[in-house]
Amino acid sequence: MKSVKTVTVRSMRAPSNLVRFLRQSPLHVVLIAICLLWMVPTLGLFVSSLRPRPLILSTGWWNAFSTPFRFTLENYVHVIQRANMGRSFFNSLMISIPATVMPILIAAFAAYAFSWMRFPGRDTLFLMIIGLLVVPLQMTLIPILRLFNRLGLTGSFAGVWIAHTAYGLPFAIYLLRNFIGGIPEDIFESAFLDGASHFQILYRIVLPVSVPAIASLAIFQFMWVWNDLLVALIYLGGTPQVAPMTVTISNLVNSYGGGWEFLTSAAFISMVLPLVVFFSLQKYFVSGILAGSIKG
Amino acid sequence: MILSSLVLVFVAVICVPVGLTGYLFFTEKLLSRLKPFRQKTLRPWFWVGPALLFLTLFLLYPVVNTVVLSLMNENSTEFVGLSNYLRIFTEPEMLFVLRNNALWLVFFTLVTITFGLLIAVLTDRVKYESVAKAFIFLPMAISFVAAGVIWKFMYEYKPKGAPQIGTINAVLTSIFPGFEPQAWLFNPGINNWALIIVGIWMWTGFSMVILSASIKNIPKEIIEAARIDGARELQVFIRITLPLIKPTLVVVTTTLIINVLKIFDIVYVMTNGILKTEVIANRMYKEMFNFLNFGMAGALAVLLLVAIIPVMLMNIKRFGQVGGRK
Repeated sequence: MKSVKTVTVRSMRAPSNLVRFLRQSPLHVVLIAICLLWMVPTLGLFVSSLRPRPLILSTGWWNAFSTPFRFTLENYVHVIQRANMGRSFFNSLMISIPATVMPILIAAFAAYAFSWMRFPGRDTLFLMIIGLLVVPLQMTLIPILRLFNRLGLTGSFAGVWIAHTAYGLPFAIYLLRNFIGGIPEDIFESAFLDGASHFQILYRIVLPVSVPAIASLAIFQFMWVWNDLLVALIYLGGTPQVAPMTVTISNLVNSYGGGWEFLTSAAFISMVLPLVVFFSLQKYFVSGILAGSIKG
Repeated sequence: MILSSLVLVFVAVICVPVGLTGYLFFTEKLLSRLKPFRQKTLRPWFWVGPALLFLTLFLLYPVVNTVVLSLMNENSTEFVGLSNYLRIFTEPEMLFVLRNNALWLVFFTLVTITFGLLIAVLTDRVKYESVAKAFIFLPMAISFVAAGVIWKFMYEYKPKGAPQIGTINAVLTSIFPGFEPQAWLFNPGINNWALIIVGIWMWTGFSMVILSASIKNIPKEIIEAARIDGARELQVFIRITLPLIKPTLVVVTTTLIINVLKIFDIVYVMTNGILKTEVIANRMYKEMFNFLNFGMAGALAVLLLVAIIPVMLMNIKRFGQVGGRK
């Protein structure tokens, strides 16, 4: 249906593609200029990370495109060999995966109850949870750290999973509540008539239907945890055995006294996985975020 | 070593989801033995239980704890009433922190929304939409550590005459020959703006993605009808697009305000709050871990919470509507 419509629209006003393109040229110029503006900082970092140290410090990165071309991978080799990168990559994954799954599942249970069960104080409770969205993370560091010390969770992955779960829950509940609350009531009624339990409805109907919202939530949470430095630094301490990428890289940055050749390559290494996740799941991201922010 | 790693993978990838599902499965098993009436009153609490447990222990309790701390002295041994709060609003050093947060709040939010909307509208009309959006959104995907490195490199300063390796100084000196290279992050007149720009660079993608989705949600028939009636593009935008995406604009603005009030990482990574760039969250961190003044840190944290309350009130009606169904 959509394609038919665009075809008719196009044939209606297609005296010439060139005329249309020219008429729109200010639009293209502005848009491309903005895109370039947005890309330049990252591009500069990337190009610099591939240049030999003396050149980074003496000339601007844009000179790399004039002859003689001198690119090198030695900054990357150096950073990867010296630092505990393989282990850190593994650690980052082991932190990020459960810290993404836990809040989403727990939030799904709660969001289901908030949408489709009746209990006293339900709406007040939901509003209070929304209110927790505003709690600055820094506010919780000391009380939680004291609690973890008492429970022996400091320096363990479980502690970080728990902390990230708590930090991610208010937003996850808010988003999923909006999405799950928007699922048509008929679906639930017919499922109940067929004798399905709440458990079955959640796992057979609600979760599959909510895939767009869950996917967007998962991307958010995963990137948030992957990119986090503060939480890992405080609850894990500086032990290399459990350090994720961000901690290792920031240590590296400090120990080299901020030499641009290592800073640039280390920063770029830390960006690789989030960028892959973002580009491969972009479609989900947009459709999910739409559901979360516009419904209700 | 390898064995413990395998155990870790097993726990992290399999035990966590299976365990949580198992929790629900077994509580449902238990519930099904009760009378239907009991089931109905008890079940919701088992479903929201895990969430409530986490939120109470790791968010609510720390907040209450912090409020109490904010009324105590540095090492929480003596009750001092509101004197910490008084200090925030009287000491010049603290007033600077508040001013900086206000700067962030106003300019970061306004520019991020405006750019996001502009780009959303523009990309809606071109064929390379997804590529353009990916460019703008990319900064959202990277860590503050990486963004900090990127922008320190952009703002890099060399004295006048030396070849500039920082992009911004290089561009400006080559366009305007008389331009004096600036130490963007160290000049107290401009360093706050330099930091706010980094924030805008990172967050514009967020507002763009949401606003663009909202614009696409407008039925094409309405727009086409207006165009056939002779409305110009600007009129279509002001009279049709804007009113229809208003709820989304409110959501994006609220999210941005909440995030900008808590802004921490950009300042922490780039200047660590020196030279009058400190914001509330950074000051709080410093009071906590450098000065060990838990009373002051608590007061600043409470102040942040209080600042966010009006934003929440603005949105409560919306949430109320959501909560009101069924």
